[in-house]
Amino acid sequence: MTATSSPPTAQADPANRPGPPLWLLAEVTYRCPLHCAFCYNPTDFARTTPADELDTDGWLRVLHQARALGSVQCGFSGGEPLMRDDLEILVAEAHKLGYYTNLLTSGVGLSPARAEALKAAGLDHIQLSFQDTTRELNDFLSHTRTFDLKQQVAGSIKEMGWPMVMNCVIHRLNIDHIDKIIEMALALGAEYLELANSQYYAWALLNRDQLMPSRAQLERAERITKEYRQKLGDRLRIFFVVPDYYEIRPKKCMNGWGNVFLTVTPDGTALPCHTARMLPGLDFPNVRDHSVQAIWYESEGFNRYRGTDWMHDSCKTCPDREKDLGGCRCQAWMLAGDPSAPDPVCDKSPAHHLVQDAVARANQPGALAARPLIFRDPKASRALSEQAASSSAPARPAGTTA
Amino acid sequence: MTPATSAPPTACPRLNGHFRLQFETAQDAWVLLYPEGMIRLNPSAGEILRRCDGSRDIPAIVAELEALFDTRGLDHDVRAFLDMAGTQRWITLS
Ligand code: SF4
Ligand code: SF4
Repeated sequence: MTATSSPPTAQADPANRPGPPLWLLAEVTYRCPLHCAFCYNPTDFARTTPADELDTDGWLRVLHQARALGSVQCGFSGGEPLMRDDLEILVAEAHKLGYYTNLLTSGVGLSPARAEALKAAGLDHIQLSFQDTTRELNDFLSHTRTFDLKQQVAGSIKEMGWPMVMNCVIHRLNIDHIDKIIEMALALGAEYLELANSQYYAWALLNRDQLMPSRAQLERAERITKEYRQKLGDRLRIFFVVPDYYEIRPKKCMNGWGNVFLTVTPDGTALPCHTARMLPGLDFPNVRDHSVQAIWYESEGFNRYRGTDWMHDSCKTCPDREKDLGGCRCQAWMLAGDPSAPDPVCDKSPAHHLVQDAVARANQPGALAARPLIFRDPKASRALSEQAASSSAPARPAGTTA
Repeated sequence: MTPATSAPPTACPRLNGHFRLQFETAQDAWVLLYPEGMIRLNPSAGEILRRCDGSRDIPAIVAELEALFDTRGLDHDVRAFLDMAGTQRWITLS
């Protein structure tokens, strides 16, 4: 899944105590049958083995504790959450507790029987992702069997009365087919379609040069999307998200650190955002050892970048500091090597040239890097973990220096 | 007087099945939940929406609201809100 949908806003109380973690993202497993080159799971995900995953009771405890604090949205994600055979149990409990329940899936493993069981458990919404668009598109255009799987899953979603929300990660290699992607979503009966450019974290950072579209590609895709919007009106609502590297002000990442989002990773580590584990010098608490309440309100990990006190002067004295809260801490660490620095997307950041350089590379004629894509799989993950163990610098794409 | 809404006077508003309305103690408010999102409602919006169950027509909702808040003349406001809620697809009019 991607974290680009507009998040709810929290009601912080006057004593400056943060509001509740309105959004609970349960990353129930890193297991996944797919190998997306833009996967947002950490590159060292294979360190978490299936035996390290929280068990059913562990997840049920998290659901209870977060709901008691005031969480209302619960997302089941992964990896591929359908790889957990207790997913129906978790969804049923979440529903009973009063969460709005969301399943973020590629659809692999969603048999009609499981769709029915999830409906009976009270699942409110499925976000179905196109992952391997190249293959899916080929299959769609050539009417082959694998596309039948997507069609069957889409059929189940309709039949169960869930809203039809589809998501497609857009990048340099598929953006020129944006019209066909929209047609494919239409053929599947989508009501909402999110066309989100990959954000350059984790695997997508490793593959950044291959994934970042050129300005001309982006402009064309936006133009075509607009034409479809006009043509389709209410029939299909299309959201288009550009890569933040093309902006000059950073996004208000996660709507503020420790403000509304709580992610729990497969092994029970609690994070303010699904990529935050990469940050140095922070020991993120585990739900096996601490209550969600203590984690949210008292842990160092969650308090570290709340508000504006931690900021460097460039952000602290900036009139926009409340607007974006200095942007993304992970991006500051990955690119500028300092998690308290302004997000280098910001053109006031001393490290902004790094973003500009990456954009410039994407806009050289014939720029597609010769290096092959690195696909997300356990073997590549173990190799990357070993490399990382012998260096303390943030993982950067090949050929980049700070 | 022209009614503020395009809805026929006998329409019975009903919450869209993809949305869920519930009272949240932690926020001391009615909230409307939908795929990956939440809208925090003010008290009157919450009281109107919880009556959109397909069994009451608009005059009935107006009458209940006027009784609840011990006031009169809410017709225009209720209709304006329902109009907006219809545009947002929170409710359907049947
Ligand atoms: S490999 Fe693809 S489908 Fe699997 S978790 Fe990563 S992004 Fe999702
Ligand atoms: S200097 Fe900091 S606070 Fe100001 S716009 Fe840039 S990132 Fe945001």
